[in-house]
Amino acid sequence: MDNMIEIRWHGRGGQGAKTASLLLADAAFNTGKYIQGFPEYGPERMGAPITAYNRISTSPIRIHSNIYEPDFVVVVDDSLLESVNVTSGLKQTGAIIINTTKDANLLKPLLKDYKGKVYAIDARKVSEEALGKYFPNTPMLAAIVKVSKIMTEEEFLNDMKGSFKHKFAKKPEVIEGNMKALELAMQAIIEIQ
Amino acid sequence: MGIRERLSGNEASAIAMKQINPDVVAAFPITPSTEIPQYFSSFVSNGKVDTEFVAVESEHSAMSACIGAEAAGSRAMTATSSNGLAYMWEMVHIASSSRLPIVMPLVNRAISGPLNIHNDHSDAMGIRDAGWIMLFSENNQEAYDNLIMAHRIAEHKDVMLPLTVCQDGFITSHSIENIELIEDEKVKEFVGQYHPEHYLLNSKEPIAVGPMDLQAYLFEHKYAEHQAMKNAKKVILEVAKEFEKMTGRSYGLFEEYKLDDCDVAIVCMNSTAGTTKVVVDELREKGIKAGLLKLRVFRPFPQEEIAKALSKVKAVAVLDKAESLSSCGGPLFTEVTSAMYVNNLNVPTAGYIYGIGGRDTTTKDISSVYEDLLEVVKTGKINNPYRYLGVKGVKNNGI
Repeated sequence: MDNMIEIRWHGRGGQGAKTASLLLADAAFNTGKYIQGFPEYGPERMGAPITAYNRISTSPIRIHSNIYEPDFVVVVDDSLLESVNVTSGLKQTGAIIINTTKDANLLKPLLKDYKGKVYAIDARKVSEEALGKYFPNTPMLAAIVKVSKIMTEEEFLNDMKGSFKHKFAKKPEVIEGNMKALELAMQAIIEIQ
Repeated sequence: MGIRERLSGNEASAIAMKQINPDVVAAFPITPSTEIPQYFSSFVSNGKVDTEFVAVESEHSAMSACIGAEAAGSRAMTATSSNGLAYMWEMVHIASSSRLPIVMPLVNRAISGPLNIHNDHSDAMGIRDAGWIMLFSENNQEAYDNLIMAHRIAEHKDVMLPLTVCQDGFITSHSIENIELIEDEKVKEFVGQYHPEHYLLNSKEPIAVGPMDLQAYLFEHKYAEHQAMKNAKKVILEVAKEFEKMTGRSYGLFEEYKLDDCDVAIVCMNSTAGTTKVVVDELREKGIKAGLLKLRVFRPFPQEEIAKALSKVKAVAVLDKAESLSSCGGPLFTEVTSAMYVNNLNVPTAGYIYGIGGRDTTTKDISSVYEDLLEVVKTGKINNPYRYLGVKGVKNNGI
């Protein structure tokens, strides 16, 4: 199982965490990997906490359960840090990536003294600069690719261009902004622990 | 070589239906199967298929429309889940007793109540006595492959029974995974045209479908259904052999995973089998001889083959994702143990009810079952065969 990477996404309904997990699965698939991308469905409503998952592997994936000991955790909304145990089971050798402007001292107690790596990104700033609107999932997608090194940044950006063309076939005007959000996010991510 | 893709189980099922291009699809949406008719209706709108899509007002009508279409002589499909299946239950029996080979993806979800949208097999087990062939699928690939094989089995002249392809709601229906699709032309050739022997629109042979059938002949007709179900076993294997020639993917009545030399075995169906394979491999690395029997064909029930496959095992656990509330085990457990008794096989066997209402089943859960079995091997005793895996408030798997 050493060659399998497991990722858990925490977001709020409407922020696109599920879409981001599916886009990540897509991108990894396109680099020849075996993938799983699945959300944990609950009562679906805007703002409710949601969880989504990714498994990415070089060999076929047979396990069908939720992920309890992820290698990486992505937190799309930092208000969840107070209500959801986002570091639950997170491997110490892994990392957590949080969309936040909070500094390390504020984050530490919220992360239950997690000893692994902690990355922060101001996805709002990135998104508003690139898209003029707040869609946190695109920057967070770039962030997890950069931190997890599932694929090279170049492979990822090339692949996403194709995915966005397909996904936004009916509104091509947003493709450039989304690509810019990915590129800016790669630069904006900071390691705070 | 096929086409490398990534699809959810629902997408895969809809694409199989697109490639099959049936004459009629009648469906009503219900979570988690909704996407199947949803995707399929877009294929209809975009001219990818020439199917007559009937947007009915209920599942009862969906099955009724399929019955009408099949009786007329065409190929009809629907898809449903949970209470949708419960609502069509009456017509489910009419379909099989009228010997109409309707094919239906069934995305397994708990039957209400209380209301639950998540996976278990209580919906499927509600039609286990309804005369339908029932195939179960571990993942999106198997859901797709089983559908491609479905019509060849159901429409075979020695069978002529409806068929349902089960997969686990959300767990596989909504999970994007790798899949290998078959080229459209190959599927078209494999599935072939449907030429029913008897059908309503044949003006040269006027027939009645579904007339009154009282003491004089209903029994004989049920016996004929029984014969058809028996015949299905052979046909399922023949079709699987041809399918393997086309795709390289091999299917039987069940899959034996490291079963031939194992001491402790789990019998289960659908997505849990994948999780169990992971545990089997982990245990094998520790020198524990664990194995798995993943049942694919639940109807007809391959009793003789199952008993033979389990004959050298020292202890068996049968996992049921349905609580039949008999107070003594789930449906798969009672059928497996019955198969053992009839075939003079006396292997200690325990049943575990698990995963009800979408309760997640982890590798730890599965490991605990193998640990229980190792204990049975050690002591030679099963103190309580009616066990529960993963239910809150019940310690030690209810032993």
